Amino acid sequence: MSLPNTYRDGPDERGHFGSFGGRYVAETLMPLILDLEKAYETAKKDPAFQSELDYLLEHYAGRPSPLYFAERLTQKLGGAKIYFKRDELNHTGSHKINNVLGQVLLAKRMGKRRIIAETGAGQHGVATATACALFDIPCTVFMGATDVARQQPNVFRMKLLGAEVRAVTAGSATLKDAMNEALRDWVATVETTFYVIGTAAGPHPYPAMVRDFQSVIGNETRAQMHKAEGRLPDTLVACIGGGSNAIGLFHPFLDDKTVRIVGVEAAGHGLASGQHAASLTGGRPGVLHGNRTYLLQDKDGQIQDAHSISAGLDYPGIGPEHAWLKESGRVEYVAATDEEALSAFQLLCRIEGIIPALEPAHALAHVLKLAPTLSKDNLLVMNLCGRGDKDVFAIAERLGVKL
Amino acid sequence: MSRIAQRFAELKRQGRGGLVTFTTAGDPDLETSYQILKGLPAAGADLIELGMPFSDPMADGPAIQASGQRALKAGINLDATLGLVRRYRDESGDDTTPILLMGYYNLIYQRGPELFCKQAAASGVDGLIIVDLPPEEADELKPYAARCDIDTVMLTAPTTDAKRLPAILEYGSGFLYYVSILGVTGTRSATDDAVRAAVKHLRTQADLPIAVGFGIRTPQQAATISTIADAAVVGSAIVDKVRDGLDANGKPKPGLVEGVLAYVRELSSGVRGAKRAAE
Repeated sequence: MSLPNTYRDGPDERGHFGSFGGRYVAETLMPLILDLEKAYETAKKDPAFQSELDYLLEHYAGRPSPLYFAERLTQKLGGAKIYFKRDELNHTGSHKINNVLGQVLLAKRMGKRRIIAETGAGQHGVATATACALFDIPCTVFMGATDVARQQPNVFRMKLLGAEVRAVTAGSATLKDAMNEALRDWVATVETTFYVIGTAAGPHPYPAMVRDFQSVIGNETRAQMHKAEGRLPDTLVACIGGGSNAIGLFHPFLDDKTVRIVGVEAAGHGLASGQHAASLTGGRPGVLHGNRTYLLQDKDGQIQDAHSISAGLDYPGIGPEHAWLKESGRVEYVAATDEEALSAFQLLCRIEGIIPALEPAHALAHVLKLAPTLSKDNLLVMNLCGRGDKDVFAIAERLGVKL
Repeated sequence: MSRIAQRFAELKRQGRGGLVTFTTAGDPDLETSYQILKGLPAAGADLIELGMPFSDPMADGPAIQASGQRALKAGINLDATLGLVRRYRDESGDDTTPILLMGYYNLIYQRGPELFCKQAAASGVDGLIIVDLPPEEADELKPYAARCDIDTVMLTAPTTDAKRLPAILEYGSGFLYYVSILGVTGTRSATDDAVRAAVKHLRTQADLPIAVGFGIRTPQQAATISTIADAAVVGSAIVDKVRDGLDANGKPKPGLVEGVLAYVRELSSGVRGAKRAAE
């Protein structure tokens, strides 16, 4: 494969990143997806849309999030100088709000009267319910019944915010099934309803649109690092389920050749166990949920259940742009196990006084391995994309503590 | 002339619309699904759609989702699905009833579109209906299918506008499948007037025969639709009869196959009676 001049001009007009992406959806949805693409392209160029979004990001979500030098962790690891991009400090507790505010503004602009969303850990569901409360739009969130059981606090939050939470019992009753059910709802309500997809996956234009809304993470990081150190970072690390926080951090740096970029998937019980959520490391290309990407699947192409301690990474696919960045070699993709994430989680609580979500705990698990191998002047940024309040109960159970 | 084209020509000669039945390969198990398949033409199915079960059937409602799950649980795979069609062609002596495979693209993509089409053609498959392959992506499959003389049946929906229809017609062959409702399979029904208006419009654009599906459950509905379009597709209501024939452990009770075929006979007599009454 010849190397492209830029890694930042995708997707093409058919929504393809290399051979990935595309629009594999039922005909009923296709006209709406084309409308959405058009509406998004117009909104993107409209200064009024951008300024309304910027206003909300600053005054409602609390951006910019700090770029924080984690001095104690840096000292302990004795290698790279570690910075955290503190997206866990956003309103609603994760990076999800960045994308949701953009999409809900777009829905309003398109005159849609109802919002639907899928959610795994509940972070995207909470963010969507939040924006819908703010804009007074009815909201239905689809959530696998398994996830409803293990993420009760977020289920209750969504209800407090006025959203309807529909527990999905079909299939394995996790995130992929929630997405199936959201798509089924959308086919039946397409004329009035806007589907707010939470990750950088799905049919075109979603992967590009979600990436654009999340790129605020990388753009801020670039400016903040320049202010702090007067130069570009050397290493970026982020966790990956569908990959929206990672693509948001990575994308603005893809053409900066000196920047090493690492995505961390969830290895669950270990890649060899077969019980993991590492679609890039342990899967192969296929078509699901409107796009071609890496998937966990059997020989015939039946989708297999993912496993991760983190409900937010528990998805058998990944955004198509990541699939392409893997094949093109621009980004390295590795994996961290449940155990590694759990011990990284505990370490961060003690050493920096930050309780991270289990998702970025996977990124941190890799940082613990990587940082000591790097020189002291290597500037490493890890996206701390969510806070751990939602995980406290699950962690207590895992550690055998009764609350 | 393909089996599909011959069948529609024959229906035209008979002055009636056709009945297209949908059942899922391997539901509730491979042998029972073969016995159902074997009995369908005599029960009055003019064309046969055989569902290829997929773990994530995003366009299907609860009935067909459950049907696919039963089949997957009973161990169906793509080779066995193709094997069902091949066995039917080998054993039944029926070389005229068209059989179409319906499903989702990933199974075809994993096999490789070229190899899949060759194997399907060799097994006696006449057409493919791939729900998640709109014209935007259909060029992945169309050339291979065409080379093997397999029809690619494209879907149109109430949301399909005049701008999109030419692209759908460019990739479509065999017949045009009109999805009569906004929604997944088996969940609601369109009004006769809405279907009549849509089919009338499609006829001004398309030379292909038009089949209407999604939400047709009863012999009366099938009869009415068959007088409006060239064929009526019934799926969820038939696979519900498979479910009704299972015991508490999900095993087929005696009479399951007969129960399914009896319902197909009811649908068929509705369809066959309809045109005569209208004439």
